[in-house]
Amino acid sequence: MLQMVVCVKQVPDTAEVRIDPRTNTLVRAGVPAIINPFDAHAVEAAVRLKEKYGGRVTALSMGPLQAEEVLRRALGMGADRAILLTDRAFAGSDTLATSYILARAIEALSRETPVDLVFCGKQAIDGDTAQVGPGIATRLGFTQLTYCMAIDAVDLEQGYIQVQRKLEGKREIIRGRLPALLTVVKDLNELSYLSLPALIRAALATITTWNKDNLDLDPAQIGLKGSPTSVRRIFAPPARPGGEIIPGEPRAAAATLVARLVQMKIIADK
Amino acid sequence: MPADTANTGYRGVWVFIEQVGGEVAPVSWELLGAGRQLADALGVELAGVLLGQGVAGLVTEAWAYGADKVYLVEDPVLGPYRTAPYARALVQLVKEYKPEILLLGATSLGRDLSGAVATSLGTGLTADCTSLTIDPETRLLEQTRPAFGGNVMATILCRRHRPQMATVRPRVMPMPSRQEDRRGELVRVDMAFNEAEARAEVIEIIEEKNKAIYLDRAEIIVAGGRGVGSKENFRLLEELAGVLGGTLGASRAAVEAGWLPPEYQVGQTGTTVRPKVYFAIGISGAIQHLVGMQGADVIVAVNNDPQAPIFKIATYGIVGDFREVVPALTAEFHRQLAPGPG
Ligand SMILES: Cc1cc2nc3c(=O)[nH]c(=O)nc-3n(C[C@H](O)[C@H](O)[C@H](O)COP(=O)(O)OP(=O)(O)OC[C@H]3O[C@@H](n4cnc5c(N)ncnc54)[C@H](O)[C@@H]3O)c2cc1C
Ligand SMILES: Nc1ncnc2c1ncn2[C@@H]1O[C@H](COP(=O)(O)O)[C@@H](O)[C@H]1O
Repeated sequence: MLQMVVCVKQVPDTAEVRIDPRTNTLVRAGVPAIINPFDAHAVEAAVRLKEKYGGRVTALSMGPLQAEEVLRRALGMGADRAILLTDRAFAGSDTLATSYILARAIEALSRETPVDLVFCGKQAIDGDTAQVGPGIATRLGFTQLTYCMAIDAVDLEQGYIQVQRKLEGKREIIRGRLPALLTVVKDLNELSYLSLPALIRAALATITTWNKDNLDLDPAQIGLKGSPTSVRRIFAPPARPGGEIIPGEPRAAAATLVARLVQMKIIADK
Repeated sequence: MPADTANTGYRGVWVFIEQVGGEVAPVSWELLGAGRQLADALGVELAGVLLGQGVAGLVTEAWAYGADKVYLVEDPVLGPYRTAPYARALVQLVKEYKPEILLLGATSLGRDLSGAVATSLGTGLTADCTSLTIDPETRLLEQTRPAFGGNVMATILCRRHRPQMATVRPRVMPMPSRQEDRRGELVRVDMAFNEAEARAEVIEIIEEKNKAIYLDRAEIIVAGGRGVGSKENFRLLEELAGVLGGTLGASRAAVEAGWLPPEYQVGQTGTTVRPKVYFAIGISGAIQHLVGMQGADVIVAVNNDPQAPIFKIATYGIVGDFREVVPALTAEFHRQLAPGPG
């Protein structure tokens, strides 16, 4: 029986996020919120392990009340229960404070039944930081296995998990002691289609909410106060200089273009 | 609770020198170049941190790339990379020698390690910075990075905690020139390790054959869209990719047509890529495609429609039928890249 926790984050669909060039503020209106795509693969992985080895999957999210949506999605995918960590005091948390709050929640769950595996996405697409997973693993003292692209085996008797990690042009096969925290890439699995009965069950399920008083938290480590990083300013990325059309017949234009690229040393001379 | 550490003697700029099997990730030298400028702006020392087994030979390299000092920790447990012992070693060094800035490459190893180290130290970490500068008034590190898929830039500060930690992607900072005879100081630090604390055992490392799954790290991508017209026509793109040592890519339209498998798709629902050069062949330039490739250093568009939106963001464009333009590009690269006599 594997006790598993999956951390899922609600994120804005980043293709739609823009900066207002006059005020240099984020335009949030009308931007749809989605489950962080990597986290969907994390839920899928946990549910498949449950089918294979037996156990329980708890989906965990920190965010405003509307983050309930991503938890329902996780339930629809086969998670057994969902917990939303929501409190005004959590607002403004950076990755350090977020990993603290999530880790405290996982510790609380572990007091019920010890947690064997925690899953996170490789990164959240709003910030792309990839820090919360390692943060949780460090705080809990779990084996940290990032960028997992395959899970080869779990052995509860011997207390280990063997995974394949996606590195630069290589894959690493590594065996880690349980309990462990995995961050996952999309190659890990293909998402299953959601069944209608499961979706209906998810829509009707109750989602447990915990606020700061349900967790034993140091107020100095949460929210803005517990966040060492702060944003000094945000701005629109510099527009791409571009639009130069190389004139001429295909052969002549190709010669000009190739000469430019070679000269820029962008494409190396052999 | 980590105490505020700003004014308690943290001084100097550190760069983590990433090596695997004695081979240094080039981003580490790029960071020594960037670190040199930060250290000079602050009037402090630049140091490299080298962890591993049998890696002492790399110390002179670090000096040559600009380090004034190298902290070296060697132990068999640090042979293959495992998070826990590497993180403990780095944390212990930071606590003892107190740098004000610590930079790592935003590689899979660097990101894995930095997240663990920053958490143990209770300090701030900014991932994937594209620019690092010093605010002369406050001496704070201004860390600028893209957010929201590159649609927004943010400058982040870590005001009260030390060290200020940041990761930087490979090839964002220029490679400094190597100064052959430059020498510095070596600080060998002894620490005790035991294999059990690694919590993990590396079984095998396998070179990947299927290049498409590393599209996000490819340096040259030749991508085709609906305009390519057929699977057979992709041969022309393959030949261009071949002379450049590049990888193929595709728009969703080309993937949906079955011309390339889904792992080649670039864009919002595919992979986000950041190559040095991106060739967009017969791709119109829909926003869902652009968000996945506009981080390329140079974009080359080939399209027979002069009004195609891709031309607005392309660094260079050629208006024409790709069936003529692409073979001409292949032939020209062959000619201009051919090793000359002698
Ligand atoms: C939610 C959502 C997510 C999406 N995600 C993605 C994504 O991740 N990636 C993605 O790519 N798309 C994505 N799309 C689809 C996207 O909107 C476009 O439909 C798609 O990118 C178009 O592909 P294309 O440029 O190849 O085709 P087209 O738009 O049909 O463009 C073909 C181009 O080829 C040119 N052409 C034709 N013949 C020739 C010739 N002989 N020589 C030279 N040029 C020629 C034409 O002038 C035209 O500009 C998404 C859409 C939605 C709604
Ligand atoms: N607020 C949150 N609630 C739940 N999980 C989170 C939250 N923030 C981050 N995570 C998890 O941590 C991963 C990495 O996030 P990040 O470090 O922000 O890139 C995500 O894919 C999630 O699995």
